[in-house]
Amino acid sequence: MENTSKAMIKARNVNVYYDDNHAIKNVDLDISSGTVTALIGPSGCGKSTFLRCINRMNDSIPSCRITGSITLDGQDIYDKTIDVVQLRARVGMVFQKPNPFPKSIYDNVAYGPRIHGFARNSAELDEIVFTSLQKSGLWDEVKDRLDTSGTALSGGQQQRLCIARTIAVNPEVILMDEPCSALDPIATAIIEELIEELRSRFAIVIVTHSMQQAARVSQKTAFFYLGEILEFGDTSEIFTNPKVEKTKDYITGRYG
Amino acid sequence: MSPHHISSSFDDELNSLRSKIVKMSNLVEEQYKNALIAMQNKDQELADKVRETDRLVDQMDMEIEKQAIQMIALRSPVADDLRDIVSTIKISAGLERIGDYAKNLAKRVKVLSHGKTISVSSRFIDQMIKQIREMITDVIDAYITRDIDKAIEVWRRDEEVDNLYNNLFREMLAYMMKEPQNIALATHLLFIAKNIERAGDHATNIAELVYYINEGELLALKRPKDDSSNYTVIEPNSENL
Repeated sequence: MENTSKAMIKARNVNVYYDDNHAIKNVDLDISSGTVTALIGPSGCGKSTFLRCINRMNDSIPSCRITGSITLDGQDIYDKTIDVVQLRARVGMVFQKPNPFPKSIYDNVAYGPRIHGFARNSAELDEIVFTSLQKSGLWDEVKDRLDTSGTALSGGQQQRLCIARTIAVNPEVILMDEPCSALDPIATAIIEELIEELRSRFAIVIVTHSMQQAARVSQKTAFFYLGEILEFGDTSEIFTNPKVEKTKDYITGRYG
Repeated sequence: MSPHHISSSFDDELNSLRSKIVKMSNLVEEQYKNALIAMQNKDQELADKVRETDRLVDQMDMEIEKQAIQMIALRSPVADDLRDIVSTIKISAGLERIGDYAKNLAKRVKVLSHGKTISVSSRFIDQMIKQIREMITDVIDAYITRDIDKAIEVWRRDEEVDNLYNNLFREMLAYMMKEPQNIALATHLLFIAKNIERAGDHATNIAELVYYINEGELLALKRPKDDSSNYTVIEPNSENL
């Protein structure tokens, strides 16, 4: 693992337009390995749009235009030579609503390693499925029913299955777009604990509307407002002594 | 003042916490007013009232702490709201201590009424109590209006209380040398002055908390603290006598 303080993703002067709508304005952000970076801000502020730039999810939106640069380990991810499928293996994503494939638990996790050719034989694939489920904290709950459908699991289990599926292809970065908003407090606590455990091996970026969740899970927080980052810093500082008035008004629930 | 919270009931709770602090500070300030009158007039009844008021002050401290803890649990406050609520617990504890010192003055009224009056000391004690009452009023005013300049100004005033105390200390030492038969009385007066001086320190702490609530950082000035009585010695044949 690389030096944890090293920024592995560098966004510089990123602008995103949906037709005439200027959704992201001049965003600079460094995302480091070993760190959970939380993106917070009111609805429509651009945090999810920015998150989706990091693994080029916005490519599928025809009206979307991106300028500026985003590099992963020094390499421009919007370079012509980049294979987007490979990029998304390195930069995995977990969505708001758990979205397991309508396949068995085993196949959900094995899907990525199979298409990327990560396993030479079934024993190696078994090993990847085992370690991924174990890292996502799901192994003990599903080990006896790996052939049942992933969609039959509870919401919290499904979300951990999606996390297992993401880490099965050995990514460097995990993007999470409100991963707990559809979960109850216990399932949320389990996912948050998992995020803390995964942090040492990955760079994690999480979009959340829960201020308390951002405060609990992240070390760095970026406050987005109307497409700009108004404040970025240590989470402990942002939540005790924000420097920007707008940040304070937002996190304390005041009229801006 | 910052814009209102979207949750108006949260604003209501913050306001109720603040008005409890104001009410508590009024009680404490009144304790000093009455303690002084009780000492001057050797009025045991009024002294008892000061001690009774202290029970109310203690009760308010507990109430404020309980409400603040509840707000932390239920509202999960952050940023200046969090600093405000946590500091309010400490301000309340500070006022409670200031109240305790007033109670201690009231306890000594009985002893004082046995002895004769030492005029020079009572002049200093009058002034110290006047200072303390103003400090309490002004620091709580600064807390309510979020006025840092006023808080710093109160913070600096502690020096005057310390100076009065140091002067009184020296006078008392000299007095005890001259009239050893009055050592008991002078010792009580010394304790009275020391208690008021400690109350000043707590008022200064409150000023620092007001600064912290507003600024999110600690007051970086050097504390105006020079209690020279810690190293004041007067020898029996000293010229000070």
